[in-house]
Amino acid sequence: MAVLTALRPIGKGLAFAVVGFLIGAGAATLLTTITDRPATQPVITLGYLFALIGWVLGVGLWDNWAREWFGLPVKNTEAFGWPRYFRFTTDHKTIGVQYLVTFVVLFLLAGLLSVLMRLELMAPGQTIMGAKDFNTTMSLHGIIMIAVAVATFLGGFANFTIPLLIGAEDVAFPRINALSYWIVPPVAVLLILTPFFGGFDTGWTAYPPLAVVNATGGLLFVLAFLTFGVSSILGGLNFLATIIMLRAPGMTWGRLPIFVWSIFAAALISLTATQFVAYGLLMIILDRVVGTAFFDAARGGKPLLYEHIFWFYSHPAVYIMILPGFGVALEVLTHFSRKPLFAYKYVVGAILAIVALSFIVWAHHLYTSGMPSYLHLPFMITTEIISIPTGVIFLAGLGTIWLGRLWLTTPMLFALAFLFNFVIGGVTGIFLADVPTDINLQDNYFVVAHFHYTIMGGEIFALMAGIYYWFPKITGRMHSEALGKVHFWWMFIAYQVTFIPMFWAGIQGMNRRVADYTPELGGINLFISVASFLLAASFLVMVYNLVRAWVRGPKASDNPWRARTLEWQTSSPPPLENFTRPPVVVGHPYDYGVPGSVHSAAAPAGGAGDKETH
Amino acid sequence: MAGATITHAVHNRLAINRLGLWLFIISESFLFSVLLSSRYFLQGVRRPEEVNQPLGLAISIVLLLSSLTAYRGEMAAAYGEQRRFRQNILFTIGLASLFLVGVGIEWKEAFHFFPPSSGYGTLFFTLTGVHAFHVLTGILALLVVFFLGRDGRFTKGNYWGVEGVVKYWHFVDVAWVFIYPTLYLVS
Repeated sequence: MAVLTALRPIGKGLAFAVVGFLIGAGAATLLTTITDRPATQPVITLGYLFALIGWVLGVGLWDNWAREWFGLPVKNTEAFGWPRYFRFTTDHKTIGVQYLVTFVVLFLLAGLLSVLMRLELMAPGQTIMGAKDFNTTMSLHGIIMIAVAVATFLGGFANFTIPLLIGAEDVAFPRINALSYWIVPPVAVLLILTPFFGGFDTGWTAYPPLAVVNATGGLLFVLAFLTFGVSSILGGLNFLATIIMLRAPGMTWGRLPIFVWSIFAAALISLTATQFVAYGLLMIILDRVVGTAFFDAARGGKPLLYEHIFWFYSHPAVYIMILPGFGVALEVLTHFSRKPLFAYKYVVGAILAIVALSFIVWAHHLYTSGMPSYLHLPFMITTEIISIPTGVIFLAGLGTIWLGRLWLTTPMLFALAFLFNFVIGGVTGIFLADVPTDINLQDNYFVVAHFHYTIMGGEIFALMAGIYYWFPKITGRMHSEALGKVHFWWMFIAYQVTFIPMFWAGIQGMNRRVADYTPELGGINLFISVASFLLAASFLVMVYNLVRAWVRGPKASDNPWRARTLEWQTSSPPPLENFTRPPVVVGHPYDYGVPGSVHSAAAPAGGAGDKETH
Repeated sequence: MAGATITHAVHNRLAINRLGLWLFIISESFLFSVLLSSRYFLQGVRRPEEVNQPLGLAISIVLLLSSLTAYRGEMAAAYGEQRRFRQNILFTIGLASLFLVGVGIEWKEAFHFFPPSSGYGTLFFTLTGVHAFHVLTGILALLVVFFLGRDGRFTKGNYWGVEGVVKYWHFVDVAWVFIYPTLYLVS
């Protein structure tokens, strides 16, 4: 019975969602009968929109917030203990855990999808599934992983750590924060439903005209993507306001931990650019549901419009993913090198320069799409320029570990691997930025390998670094470092063996997003497939390690890494209001080994000048 | 958590709310900028002759006037003049509804001359539709503010609800200031 009571808000959300769906679907049926149009897509679209509104109202928006608008007293439905994870909770730490657990589960799910893809690609010709199912598998893998890459950092880590890192008691808008999490479950539900509605075969990019005419699964996918966009706009808004307004006394802009800066940058992009993809997806929905002519060339539409709008969001979006990756990696590298972060101010400048540049490089995705050729050169130049700030960040990473006394913990190993992988990802990116080489490499496995070296080799390795780094703080339990290192070496080696051959396969002409290839490529694909299964299996070690530690691991101390930043100066896990005594910041967070330097005054031990022995 | 001691400095809630609203407005202005750009990308400056110019001008004037009454409402709330505040918010809701009726009439005509399935109609209905949706949300927010105001929820020093909604309302008006020439004037 206790379980049922705990889950009541979710039940209420589902009930409201059903009512919402009936209202929306009813209205759509009525409208389509009057206007004599096919009913399926309008019914799904309107039904979903109202179901979404019903869901968020039922799950807690009504009780905790919307009652206010009608002059009624707010009912606080928050809970303590485990039920709080199933509630509309305003505590940023709980929301951070909600995000992290949801998206790590989705990450494993999308990883399984890639295993399915590699099973199909093990041998030329059809092996386990047809081309249509392969397309759906590939597209689902893509969009879920994109969502994971955005939400684990901007939703998970940012939520848990940003208020702690800046010495605040919560985010600026706790209820908006809860809202942006509870918008997410419908996204997952829609995506999981797509295979039952004919799947979708556009990849995560949803290019029209295919995205307008494909099976109804395509509509579900576009609605899910749009919903996720709303969630990340709200998240971006919240973190900008939090970082600008809620810094502890003395936490000046020049003393912000680098992860906070990276989230600030990612939130800026998320707040603004996401509106573009929202409009791009809205156009697809209108073309499908209302019959507008955005992408129908015969009626004056231009599919190229979508590619411009989509990449105006989606190129900056890779920086929403990778900038927090940089942030976590630099954070971890600094703490475990026991040295000040090298060239801190230049790194901040580089992060902000990447934000600015990210808005003027989008058309390098369009070299072969039929865009006017006079646009090739300017976009090639802007894309090349972006390698300067990324190079600055990389050099700052090297400068930080240079002559440092490296403490090779699991998070540190992942952060070092981040540096290694990102060089490969960055250098291979040059061939894709340059028009002459890109025209040959377009849409083949070279692109797949490059992309996975930046986002998986970069961001996902940083994600692992962050998970192992903050796990003791989040759960109050210590994971096994030995198992963590097993996971690291297993994943690192399997990762290289999986993706390095893809560069070669791509140059040999292996197309991406296609279920089949020429028989000559059979050997290399078998090799890649076997390696990828090993890579997938490495995550079992992580799941075992973390679940075991969370359930019955040894209690973690407040500051197991002896790090200086504020989140480690409170208990593990932190109390509801984060700090029992409000912290006052008096110095730079990374001045390890600088005589007499102190980061925060009110916080107890672990500060500067500690005699480190390890 | 009764009894939990608040140990942190009291933040300036009003400043945080204002910043949040401005961030939201920045975000929304990106949406409207891409809406406007898509008109030029797809149709250039082509404009059908059948666009109802007098009606377009009339609803533009109505919407701009509503910004004026909204401003007067906000100022009245700031000075604690409850009656004048409610009157002006009511005026604003009235003018906004008039605007929506105007858009409705315009849509009825447009269905005849350039339906949503045509090149120009696609943009006309999308731009006015997205804007009208914002007007509708604005009206709902104004209604909330009006009824809360009638219950005496806003006082001289505490009227953020009014201020926030009125600022949003100005933004919706400014968006129309760009949409109107884009759809009705350029050629």
